[in-house]
Amino acid sequence: MSFEWPWQYNFPPFFTLQPNVDTRQKQLAAWCSLVLSYFRHRKLYTVDVLEAQESPVFNNKKIERKLSVEAIQVVFEELRKKGNLEWMDKNKTRCLIMWRRPEEWGKLIYQWVSKNGMVNSVFTLYELSNGDDTENEEFHGLEDWMLLRSLQALQTEGKAEIITMDDGKGVKFF
Amino acid sequence: MDRFTWANGLLEMNETLVIQQRGVRLYDGDEKAKLDVGVVLLSTHRLLWRDQKNHECCICIPLSQIIFFEEQAAGIGKSAKIVIHLHAAPANKDPGPYQHSKFSYIKLSFKEHGQIEFYRRLTEEMTQKRWENTPVSQPIDTTAGPKAGRTRAVGIVGIERKLEEKRKETDKNISEAFEDLSKLMEKVSALPSASILPTSVTTAKEMVELSRSIANKIKDKQGDITEDETIRFKSYLLSMGIANPVTRETHGSGTHYHMQLAKQLGDMLQAPLEERGGMMALTEVYCLVNRARGMELLSPEDLVNACKMFESLKLPLRLRVFDSGVMVVQLQSHSEEEMIASALDNVSDKGSLTAEEFAKLLGLSVLLAKERLLLAEKMGHLCRDDSVEGLRFYPNLF
Repeated sequence: MSFEWPWQYNFPPFFTLQPNVDTRQKQLAAWCSLVLSYFRHRKLYTVDVLEAQESPVFNNKKIERKLSVEAIQVVFEELRKKGNLEWMDKNKTRCLIMWRRPEEWGKLIYQWVSKNGMVNSVFTLYELSNGDDTENEEFHGLEDWMLLRSLQALQTEGKAEIITMDDGKGVKFF
Repeated sequence: MDRFTWANGLLEMNETLVIQQRGVRLYDGDEKAKLDVGVVLLSTHRLLWRDQKNHECCICIPLSQIIFFEEQAAGIGKSAKIVIHLHAAPANKDPGPYQHSKFSYIKLSFKEHGQIEFYRRLTEEMTQKRWENTPVSQPIDTTAGPKAGRTRAVGIVGIERKLEEKRKETDKNISEAFEDLSKLMEKVSALPSASILPTSVTTAKEMVELSRSIANKIKDKQGDITEDETIRFKSYLLSMGIANPVTRETHGSGTHYHMQLAKQLGDMLQAPLEERGGMMALTEVYCLVNRARGMELLSPEDLVNACKMFESLKLPLRLRVFDSGVMVVQLQSHSEEEMIASALDNVSDKGSLTAEEFAKLLGLSVLLAKERLLLAEKMGHLCRDDSVEGLRFYPNLF
C-alpha cells in the first residue's frame, strides 16, 4: 500500500520555514504528523540527520523542494518536545522516531499476552519481536531498543519485570 | 564688548521689537566673548542680547553707538557673521559684562543662520533712526548699589512690573508670529511684473493687514476675533501659493523652518502621490523635490524632519516607517487593509508571485511591492517559498 502524501507535501511554501509565528506553528504541526505517519508506514525507527535530507519525506523531487538542514532540526526539536523523538547521541546526528510511544507499545504487548492467557509466563525479547506467534501483531519486528523501552514502561506500571538471562534479556508478565 | 550694559530685557515705552534671532554668539573683536550662545534682539532703539539658557543674563547697547556694520560671509566650519563697529563708550556708561576691551568692534555669529534677515532689518533701523524721534531715557537704577540682571519684584510695584513684563512678552510673541507676513509683504512689493502673478499679489497685502488687525485684537481683548475674520484669513492662506522657496538663511533653522517646509511638501506631493497609488518611498520624494527646486536643495535630514511634522500640522500626508526600515510618504486616505486585501487577490489569481512580478502588475516600485507582500505575510494572509529560484509568495493555505 503506497503512502498517501498530505496536501502540504506538494505546496512549495511547506519546505520554507515560515517567519510568521502563527503560520509556522501550523506548518510544524503538519510536518510532525507527516514524519510520524511516514515512519509508521515504513516501519522505520531511526534517522540519521544527514541522510534525512535525501529521504522522500524531506525532499520532494517532483516540485524540486527540500527542507534545509536547519529546518529539519527545528522539526526534530518539535517532535522531541512532543515526546516522539529521542536523540541517540550528544551531537544530535542520529535519533529514534517513536511514532508510537513506549507506553502505547507496552499496552499492545500486554493486551496480546493477556488475551492469549500467557500471563505469568516468561518470554525472551526475541520471542516477542520475532516469534512465530506474534507474526500478525503490530509489534512484530519491533526493534530491540523500542521493545525494551516498552517493557520498561510496563515494568513501571507493575505489569512486567525484565529479567537478565544467560544469553540476553527476558520478561515476565504479571 | 565694553560698550554693552546690563539690561533687564524689557522694552521701554516707545521701543518696539523689530526682529530677534536665536543661536547667536558674540565676539569681542575677533575673539569669542566669554558668554554662551544666546538670542540677539533688535529693537527700534537698541541691540540686545540674552543668554538662551539663563534668561537673567541680558545685555544691550543703544543703536546710536553703532558707526557702521558689515556682513562677513560664512566659511568652512565658520558661521556667517555681522561685524559692528562702535563709537567709544560714554564716560557715564552703566556697568556691563566687560570693563574694557581693546577692540572697538564686535561680531554677531549666526550659528543657526538668519543673518540675511537680521542684516536687512538692522540696515532699516539704522537708516530710519527711529530712536531719535522717540527718545528713551537710560534705565535708571532705583535700588541702592550696583546690580546686574532683572529688577527684583517687590510689593505692588513688583506686581505691576510683572504684569507689564507679561504684556510685553505677549506683544513680542504676536509680532514674532506674524514676522513672516511682513517678509512676504516685502517680497510682494519687490516683484517686477504684476501680470505674471496670480491674484495672491493683492490678497497678500490685504491678508497682512487683516493679520495685523487680528494681532491687535488679541493684544487688546485677549483673543476675541470674529468668525468672519477667521474665515477670511483662512481663505487667504489657501489661495496663497508659495512664492519663493523657504530657505534656511531667510528664515533661520529649527522647527519653524521644518514646519514651513512640511506645508510646502504637503502641496507639492499631492499629485505625484495620487499618480503612484498613494505611496512613495522617501528617496523618490527626495529626488522629486530637489529636482523641482533646482537650487536651494534640501538635505535629507531636513526632508525627514519636515515629513515628521505632517501629522502635527494636520496635513493629509503621513511619514511611515516599515519594519525593514524603509520610509515612505503616503496619503492619509491610503488604507493599508485595502491594499493587503487586493494583494491577496492578486496572488491568489496568479497562484503565486514574486516581488518583481507583483511590482510589474501594480506599477509600483519593487521595493514598495515587496513591503506590501511582507506586510500581508505578517498579517498571515500570505506565506513564503524561499528556494534557489528566489522568494515567492503564496496565499496562506496553512
